[in-house]
Amino acid sequence: MSDEVTPPPAIEVQNLVKSYAGVPAVSDVSFTVQRGEIIGFLGPNGAGKSTTMRILTGFLPATSGVVNLCGVPVATEPDAIKHLIGYMPENNPLPEDMRVSEYLHYRGRLKEIPRRKLNDRLEEVLELCDLKRVRHRIIGKLSKGFRQRVGIAEAVLAEPPVIIMDEPTIGLDPHQILIVRDLIASLRGRMTVLISSHILPEIEVTCDRVIIINQGRIVATGTPNELRREILGHTAYQLEIAGEIAALSALLSQIEPTLVITKQGETDAGGFRTLHLTTESDEPLGEELLRVLTNDSRFRLRGLARERPTLEDVFLAATRRTWEMVDTPSKS
Amino acid sequence: MGNGRHAFKILTIFNLARVFSFITHVKHFFTILSHEIRMLLVSPSTYIAAVLFLSVMGFFFTSMLDYYSTAAQETTPAVFFFQYFCVPVLFMVPLLTMKSIAEERRLGTLETLLTTPVSTVEVVLGKFFAAYFLYMALWACTGGLFYILYRFDARFIDIGPLVGGYIFIAISGLMFVAIGIFASSLSRNQAVAGIISFTLLFGLIVGLSVLANVTLLQNEVMKPVKTAVGYAQVFHHLADFSHGVVDTRQVLFYVSGTVLALIFSIFTVEVKLLHS
Repeated sequence: MSDEVTPPPAIEVQNLVKSYAGVPAVSDVSFTVQRGEIIGFLGPNGAGKSTTMRILTGFLPATSGVVNLCGVPVATEPDAIKHLIGYMPENNPLPEDMRVSEYLHYRGRLKEIPRRKLNDRLEEVLELCDLKRVRHRIIGKLSKGFRQRVGIAEAVLAEPPVIIMDEPTIGLDPHQILIVRDLIASLRGRMTVLISSHILPEIEVTCDRVIIINQGRIVATGTPNELRREILGHTAYQLEIAGEIAALSALLSQIEPTLVITKQGETDAGGFRTLHLTTESDEPLGEELLRVLTNDSRFRLRGLARERPTLEDVFLAATRRTWEMVDTPSKS
Repeated sequence: MGNGRHAFKILTIFNLARVFSFITHVKHFFTILSHEIRMLLVSPSTYIAAVLFLSVMGFFFTSMLDYYSTAAQETTPAVFFFQYFCVPVLFMVPLLTMKSIAEERRLGTLETLLTTPVSTVEVVLGKFFAAYFLYMALWACTGGLFYILYRFDARFIDIGPLVGGYIFIAISGLMFVAIGIFASSLSRNQAVAGIISFTLLFGLIVGLSVLANVTLLQNEVMKPVKTAVGYAQVFHHLADFSHGVVDTRQVLFYVSGTVLALIFSIFTVEVKLLHS
């Protein structure tokens, strides 16, 4: 009974290793994804994202390690795995000379959707992916955005518990990215989605959790906020202030001992200058800062903002960290 | 007693599961088969191949009629006509099969196909039978030529060699198409696959008949090789079939060749996945 209360996680990867002819592409990767989560898989080119995803689908065998999808081992039960996943590979390959509805119908048959339900399900998916207008068009003649949506429609067609998409938004314009993002977000809670991407804001908006991978290793994992804290290790504020800056430091350390000025801008015509402050504390200090500085007659405060480092900063810092880690032993 | 019944129950459930999985496999096979036939029927290259095939065969047929009209012949038209089978085989089979696996691999659709609940076996068999279906459909069209001849003068039609010739085409076609599929699984480039398939078929049909007359094989030491080559004479098989002799050894030769070529295609597809 207790097994039914806690179903196995959607994706469970332990010590996954994959090497091509002795060259490691993925080395010792472990992570777990709970059901209903949307996970972003980030990494520079050649980091091992696609390889990991292909291993998850059972398309490529791993060199060593364990991969379980919904408690089913990929290595020994590839047939069962194929019923659990919807997969959209990199570059979204589609047959050029089929119509959209024909293709989805064929796929539905292969994915063992019962014939009675297939037509209803097709209508649903076409609606979900906004493909009704192009259902009778030849896939080879569709624009990239539509092709991408056909790929996503194909992946979600059989309502599998796990959906794996390799760069679903690559090459799309901002408007199309928005549509695809909404589409992925609409799957939240119903299906587990693993997407890889280079486009960081994209991942940040859509995903519950991010896994950053570089050189075949996991560099960081967590929610975007956790990652900011973990990788960058500080919170930053930005002040626009006029007054005796020299006296400010003492005041700041009264508020929070670790709060220091890291950067000062030029004074503008009104006597204001921009200051960057950082602190190791996780507590929100904005209100306190505002209260202290406005009550103090020596300072005139014009602006206060908490700086939000983008995922881009985190990503760059995290990948830089691995390169340092990898490079150091090779030099010694 | 109870134990035995229990064991029986387990056995039934086990068998039911196997039967069920077999049925889903067969279903997938037919889904892929009908899809492949449909794709072949909407592809222009199929019609180009069909037109070329029928014009070549029509040309042979008219020149044969010409020949018969000048002097009485010992053999019936059917025997004469089927002797030219290798010309269309060498060009048609590569044209029909070169696209099948090579194109899917080049586009990357093989990856999406194999991540649905289908196995490589179903994919390869589906493609094979689709190509075979089309190959036979084209040969069936040549029946029209004989129908014209029959309406013209029924004396020319000798039913034995005619049926024997078509049986030969049907059985040898299995192996030729399987070789084409195998060639297509070797490369991601259609043209390369086509040339490989042409070369293999040429070696099998023409090469072996040339090899049988090589003086080296007349040597006593080479006798086993000579016997083996002697069994694999496609033209001899045709002659036997045309005379109404259906030799099971020859049927076995084509069937086992087909199975072997298909097994090699399946292995090639899987091995290429492992090393992709």
